[in-house]
Amino acid sequence: MSLLNREIKEEIDLWVQKFPEGKQRSAIIAALHSVQHFNNGFLTSELMNEVAEYLDVPKIQVFEVASFYSMFNTQPVGKHEISVCTNISCMLRGSDQIVDHIEKRLQIKSGESTADGNIFLKKEEECLAACTGAPMLMLDHQYIENLDIKKVDEILDLLEKNNE
Amino acid sequence: MNELNQVVFANIDEQEPWTIDSYIASGGYEAWKNILNNKDDSHKPENIIEIIQESGLRGRGGAGFPTGLKWSFMPTADTQKYIVCNSDESEPGTCHDRDILKLNPHALIEGIAIAGYAIGATIGYNYVRGEFMDECYPPIENALKEAYQHGLLGKDINNSGIDFDLYNFIGAGAYICGEETGLLESLEGKQGKPRFKPPFPANFGLYGQPTTVNNTQTLASVPMIIKNGSKWFKTFGTEKSPGTIIFSVSGHINNPGNYELPLGVPFNKLIEYSGGILNGKKLKAVIPGGSSTKVLPAHIIKDCTMDYESLQGAGSALGTAAVVVIAEGTCMVNLLKRISRFYFAESCGQCTPCREGTGWLYRILDRITNGNGKESDLELLVDVANRIEGNTICAFGDASAWPVQSFIEHYHEEFEYMVKHKGKTKAA
Repeated sequence: MSLLNREIKEEIDLWVQKFPEGKQRSAIIAALHSVQHFNNGFLTSELMNEVAEYLDVPKIQVFEVASFYSMFNTQPVGKHEISVCTNISCMLRGSDQIVDHIEKRLQIKSGESTADGNIFLKKEEECLAACTGAPMLMLDHQYIENLDIKKVDEILDLLEKNNE
Repeated sequence: MNELNQVVFANIDEQEPWTIDSYIASGGYEAWKNILNNKDDSHKPENIIEIIQESGLRGRGGAGFPTGLKWSFMPTADTQKYIVCNSDESEPGTCHDRDILKLNPHALIEGIAIAGYAIGATIGYNYVRGEFMDECYPPIENALKEAYQHGLLGKDINNSGIDFDLYNFIGAGAYICGEETGLLESLEGKQGKPRFKPPFPANFGLYGQPTTVNNTQTLASVPMIIKNGSKWFKTFGTEKSPGTIIFSVSGHINNPGNYELPLGVPFNKLIEYSGGILNGKKLKAVIPGGSSTKVLPAHIIKDCTMDYESLQGAGSALGTAAVVVIAEGTCMVNLLKRISRFYFAESCGQCTPCREGTGWLYRILDRITNGNGKESDLELLVDVANRIEGNTICAFGDASAWPVQSFIEHYHEEFEYMVKHKGKTKAA
C-alpha cells in the first residue's frame, strides 16, 4: 500500500502542473515538504522512495535534495520545531541568551528533541530574514519576533500545556 | 517633501494594500493594462527595456547590476524564455523582500509580468524561500489567484495577443539558492549549486532556455517606473544611483525597520529615521549592505551617503542595503566568528577554496575566541581569505572573504588583544 495519502498526491499533482511536461523533477522540493508535513516533521527512506516513484524520477534525485536543504529532516524529530535565528542582527539583540535559556529549560542541546518527543530545537538557525524584529524564532514555520525571555517562556508554556 | 516610501512602498499605508482592489485603487496594474491595450504602439518590448535602462534601476539583490542592461542581454530568437524572480531572501540583515511579499504582492506580480513581456518570456517563476512558507507564501499565492481572476494573467490576456503565466515556487532552506544559477538549479529540483559561467542565464537558464533572474525589490520597482516614467524615478536619488531603495536597518538601533528612501540619503539621516543608536550608545561600526559587505568603522561611515558610489568609495558596498548597526562594547572577534560560521555552514561545497577555506576561517576564529589563538593566526586568516577571493565560480567565496579582511583591517588590535589574552575580549 502506498505511504502517500490522497492529500499528498493531490498536492504533488498541483505542483507538477506548474512545470513544463517532463520537468516533474522541479516538484521534488514541494513534494518533500508535503510528505514531511504529514509525517510529523521528518522524512524516511521509504517515503523518499515513494516520492521518487510517484514523480517517476530516480531515487537519488530525491535523496540528494533531502540531504542538501536545511528544512528537511532525515532523522525523527520532535513534533514542534523551534528554530532560533542566531545570525548577526539577532546576535546583536541577544539571541545567544535566548538559545541558552531554551536549552536549559528543555534540558536539551540545539539539534535535539525533548524526551517526550514534543519539541525539536533545531541546530542554530541561519538568517531567517526577519532582522528588524530581532531576536526572533520560527515555531513550525510561524515567525515570532522581538523576543525576550518572558515571551519565550510563554511559547514554551503553551507548547507544554498543549501536550498534556 | 516626505522622502519615505515613494516607489515600492508607495501604497502600503492604504487599507489592506495586499488586496487587488486596494492595489488597483492606488493606480496599480495601470502600467500592465497599458501594455495589454498597446493602442499607440508605444509599449513595445524594446520601449519597456529602454525606459528601465534610462531609469538607471539597478538590481537590488546585492550585486547592483543595471536591470535594463540585463534585460537587453536576452536573445530575440523565438524560443521559450523565462523570467524568474528571486524571492529567496537570506542575506544576513536583509528582510525587505519579506515585506514586499506580504504587503505589496501585486506590485511584484505586475513587475514580473512587465519584465516577462519586455524580455519575451511567457512563463515566470517566483522563487520564495522555504522558511517563508506560512508567512509570505500565502499572500503572494493569494495575490496571484486574484490577478488571474481579474484577467490580468494567462493566455492571450484580454485579447492582447500577450501570453503570460506566473507560478510561485517554494524553496527549502539554502542561502546559496540566492545566487541566480544556484536558484535555477533549485528550481529544476536539484541541489542549489551555482553553475559555471559563461554561459549566462540569458543564454542558458532555466531548463537550458534563455532566462532572466531579477530580485523581488527590483521587479516590484518596475510598475511605478513604467507608469510614471524614467525621469520621475530619477527625481529620487543621486545622478549615478537614481531611485529609492529599501534599507533594512537592524542591530543596535532604537527603531529597527524597513525604510524606503532615496539613494544617497546621508548615513546620519538614516540613523535618525531609525530612532538613533540603541539606548543612546555610541556607534562603533556598520555593515552597510548585508553580512557579505565589508564592515565600516563609525568614523568612516558617518560621512557616507547611502548609495552605490559613496559606499564603494569608502571601501565597502551598498549590497542589499541591509544596514547592520553595531554599538560600542560589541566584540568584533565574536561577531566575525558568527559571520564566518554562516559562510562555513552555507558553502555548497563545489569549489575547493570555498569549501575548505570557509571551514579554516571558522575554526581559526573559534580557537581565538576559545583562548587558543596563535600570534600567526591573524596573518593566516587574511591569507586564507585572500586565497578564497576570486577563486570560486560564484560570489559566495568573495562574500566569505570580505568580512574577514575588513574586520581584521579595521579592528586588528581587538584580534591581537584576544590572542594575547587567551580569549578575553578588548571590547567589553
